[in-house]
Amino acid sequence: MARMKFLCDADRCIECNGCVTACKNEHEVPWGVNRRRVVTLDDGQLGEKSISVACMHCTDAPCQAVCPVDCFYTTDDGVVLHDKDLCIGCGYCFYACPFGAPQYPQQTSFGARGKMDKCTFCAGGPDESMSQAEYEKYGRNRIAEGSLPLCAEMCATKALIAGDGDEVADIYRERVLRRGGRPQTWGWETAYEG
Amino acid sequence: MAKSKMSKAKRRRIAVWSTFLVVALSIAMPLASYSVHWLGMTAVAQDAKAVENPRSGFWKEIRQGTSGYSAVTGAEANVLMQSTANDWRNFKESPLLSKLPWVIVGMAVLLLLYHVLHGKNKLDSGVRSGRVVPRWSYFERLVHWVTAISFIALSITGISMLLGKKLLIPLLGKAGFAGWASVSISVHNVIGPIFTVGIVLMIVMWIWHNFPTMTDLRWFAKGGGLFTKNHPSAGRMNGGEKVWFWLLATLGVAVCISGLVLVAPMYPQIQIPGVELVRSMMQQASMIHVIAGVIWTAIALGHIYIGTAGTEGAFEGMSTGYVSEEWARQHHDLWYEKMARKGKIIDVGEARGPNPGYGHQQPRSSASSTS
Ligand code: HEM
Ligand code: SF4
Ligand code: SF4
Repeated sequence: MARMKFLCDADRCIECNGCVTACKNEHEVPWGVNRRRVVTLDDGQLGEKSISVACMHCTDAPCQAVCPVDCFYTTDDGVVLHDKDLCIGCGYCFYACPFGAPQYPQQTSFGARGKMDKCTFCAGGPDESMSQAEYEKYGRNRIAEGSLPLCAEMCATKALIAGDGDEVADIYRERVLRRGGRPQTWGWETAYEG
Repeated sequence: MAKSKMSKAKRRRIAVWSTFLVVALSIAMPLASYSVHWLGMTAVAQDAKAVENPRSGFWKEIRQGTSGYSAVTGAEANVLMQSTANDWRNFKESPLLSKLPWVIVGMAVLLLLYHVLHGKNKLDSGVRSGRVVPRWSYFERLVHWVTAISFIALSITGISMLLGKKLLIPLLGKAGFAGWASVSISVHNVIGPIFTVGIVLMIVMWIWHNFPTMTDLRWFAKGGGLFTKNHPSAGRMNGGEKVWFWLLATLGVAVCISGLVLVAPMYPQIQIPGVELVRSMMQQASMIHVIAGVIWTAIALGHIYIGTAGTEGAFEGMSTGYVSEEWARQHHDLWYEKMARKGKIIDVGEARGPNPGYGHQQPRSSASSTS
């Protein structure tokens, strides 16, 4: 079975935030919530690197392990999704996720957390695929439509790749070979050395 | 020849030792490379560094939670990996946490055993004189009961969130439990701060009665009269009550502060000026909160038992504010004597036989006007 993966090629990402914007627009993500973000390390210094990060759809997902109402599930494609009808907005998944993926829209009463929102790999949620209810809660279900996540599709430099983990790995391996460096998941330095 | 004259025993010894030497060396020699490190051959190490990828540390730092810049705003949006998140997950799945709630069950069993084997701590004199001693003011009782009822609500809702996945989902189903969990979290979030105010008031009101004295030591030496017929001397508060008070002032304060950390910020939407609300803080608060909360709940069962079914005449003190003279003499003799000297004993005029019920009616006269 295919296992969906994101990979951000840090040697290509130019911190344009196109993926962030594409995601927000595609899913009508609530105000204050960003399902994806770009982080730049050593910003402004020689050798700065940018990485686009969202939910990593972990294999043994921490969020799933700690959720008190057990509302997460992993699809056959290895995408980690959750059921907003069950979510109580407790914040536990947020404490357990190393990548800061779970986010909460602000609720008006007592400023309480709303229901958790995070990247769905454009695979919607437990509601009927491509229904209005699904769209309103989770955003567009592009996987059901036969497309891949929009962030990766939109990426101008093709730094962000999404899809079947094996194919993503093949694409990246080929890039690394062309660059003539060692296959290191997060970067290749030899061409710029010295 | 000397050689041939070598004794059999000597030859055997040589054979054994040389075999041993061969084995020892073959084990030790591959390890010799470690001695290079161990002897601190820095030249070698420096060479290795020179060919090391200049960026190898760069990515390692991400794993340690290094932060960068992000156009997306919000607390910690610029952190790629929060490195203690997985520790918190491991804590949530640890045997420590899954076994912890058994302390509540253990306490309940102990109390039940005590009650069955020993029974209620009855008043010694079956007859009541009809004289009572004022013990808790109206305000003190109000604070006590608001806090106590809040405590029960917080324990039930908190433990629902903790154990619901294991115990309540099989019972109610996922949707059913999600409904209850949602109620639980709202109740917990609203009652928590009210409860905190109660705890603070209690500490301020009662700390004066609760400094330990030598009398308390003697009280403990006699086991607090739990298993003996005669009651050790005590002032207004006995040693056991003082321990309960100080638990409340430590464990309880820890629960309240960690609870406020979890409830207040609604991280990351509400920012409190001057406080950097980071996930590691919430993770730590959560760990303190659940451990202290569960232990506190277990101990509170003891307090509830002693105050109700465990001790005859104690409950009326906190419900009416007055205790019978007999109860005061039996449990707090030194305090009773002090109250008597001050002329604070009130005669409600209705002497009764065994099992009287006047704890539930107000005395006719006020504390100051009678002797
Ligand atoms: C009698 C005292 C209390 C007990 C026994 C108690 C117990 C618990 C327990 C068992 C949990 C669940 C922890 C988990 O699932 O990991 C919890 C969560 C929580 N408690 Fe308490 N608690 C008490 C008082 C308070 C107070 C005074 C506050 C706030 C001022 C508070 C705020 C919270 C918050 C914010 C949570 C996290 C869930 C949420 O966001 O509502 N608690 N508590
Ligand atoms: S929310 Fe976080 S923990 Fe859960 S699958 Fe996504 S990256 Fe992993
Ligand atoms: S916020 Fe929602 S999804 Fe996250 S752990 Fe709590 S109930 Fe589960």
